[in-house]
Amino acid sequence: MSSIVHRPIGTPTRLGIVAVSVILWWLAYGHLTGFADALLALTGLDRGTHLGEALHFFLYDTPKVLLLLTGVVFVMGVIQTYFAPERTRALLSGHRAGVGNVLAASLGVVTPFCSCSAVPLFIGFLSAGIPLGITLSFLIAAPMVNEVALVLLFGLFGWRVAALYLVLGLAVAIVAGLVIGRLGMERHLEDWVQAILNGQKAQWQGDTMDTSQRIAAGTSHVRTIVGKVWPYVLVGIGLGALIHGYVPEDFLATFMGRDVWWAVPAATLLGVPMYTNAAGIIPVVQALIGKGAALGTVLAFMMSVIALSAPEMLILRKALKPPLIATFVGVVASGILLVGTLFNLIL
Amino acid sequence: MRTIKILGSGCANCRRAADLIETVAAERGIAIGIEKVTDFAAIAGYGVMSTPGVVIDDTVVHAGGVPSREAVEGWFD
Repeated sequence: MSSIVHRPIGTPTRLGIVAVSVILWWLAYGHLTGFADALLALTGLDRGTHLGEALHFFLYDTPKVLLLLTGVVFVMGVIQTYFAPERTRALLSGHRAGVGNVLAASLGVVTPFCSCSAVPLFIGFLSAGIPLGITLSFLIAAPMVNEVALVLLFGLFGWRVAALYLVLGLAVAIVAGLVIGRLGMERHLEDWVQAILNGQKAQWQGDTMDTSQRIAAGTSHVRTIVGKVWPYVLVGIGLGALIHGYVPEDFLATFMGRDVWWAVPAATLLGVPMYTNAAGIIPVVQALIGKGAALGTVLAFMMSVIALSAPEMLILRKALKPPLIATFVGVVASGILLVGTLFNLIL
Repeated sequence: MRTIKILGSGCANCRRAADLIETVAAERGIAIGIEKVTDFAAIAGYGVMSTPGVVIDDTVVHAGGVPSREAVEGWFD
């Protein structure tokens, strides 16, 4: 019998590959404008025209965002290997409401999370004695504040918007978890969940990894995430380029501007039934902001779409009874509403 | 024949994990039976928090994401 032998790649080789990639990345990132100028020159178009300006925007932003995405997703893939759910659970147990909620929301950013494992994760946290409110802080932050959303906001709107999204997203997760924790809704967990919590078996403790495996995890994270979101990124930047080149500014200001009091509630409500990932919502966000919508309104819409989605509620419904689901949606939506309104008032 | 359980709600990664395990087992001529566990109560009962999880002979050997090929080969050696 013959079998193929797959020899694992050693740590020095992997570190070497990473070093070379970082240098190439840095060189490419430093020459984005020159690259876009050169490509535009090939087409014979001038930046003074609508089409020329739109095309230049596209040629500059596409490699920029893809480079940022690849770099950050790789780093996050490596960081996530240090925060397996089992480890996050260990870090969270023993903390009371308050500190626990802040920690849970922050760990939600760095812990790998897929909404398909929301229920097992939920039960794993509760069975380790982590309170319901703290567990929910984690479950709100994990999908909403993630590296893809942050990179795209940074790449397309600058670090201020990305930082605001990070801070406000964490704030919504922390406060919503605190509020639900206060309401004492543990009895609204489904009966089978309560049965498991009362008779817990042994826990899977997670793997240990060496450096080579962590780097491999980073690479595989890039392949999965960037492989999935690049079409959205292209559509988003293409749309942005058209807006940049053609649409007059303040087109939407009268509907979605800062002075329209009902804009934030409408944006939040509109976002609840909609579902897409962080990458899918960016084209819409870019179009809205490009046409003069207020930033608070757009951020509220974005958070609502990502954090409150029908499919995720259906998954959570398997573990939570209707009153708890309704409270969850109500509290998170109120938090988003508050954040969007405040944001429009302050800025 | 060894029974291997894949814990997961049927997402793409669960299918990928099952395919990989079948491929490796076939390469080594090991007879296996794959059983998919999709019930959340059963998954949670194994103490697994991130899917897909892999259970061999009632012991959890992996949880969270598609296992690496090296890891799968390790289970059969």
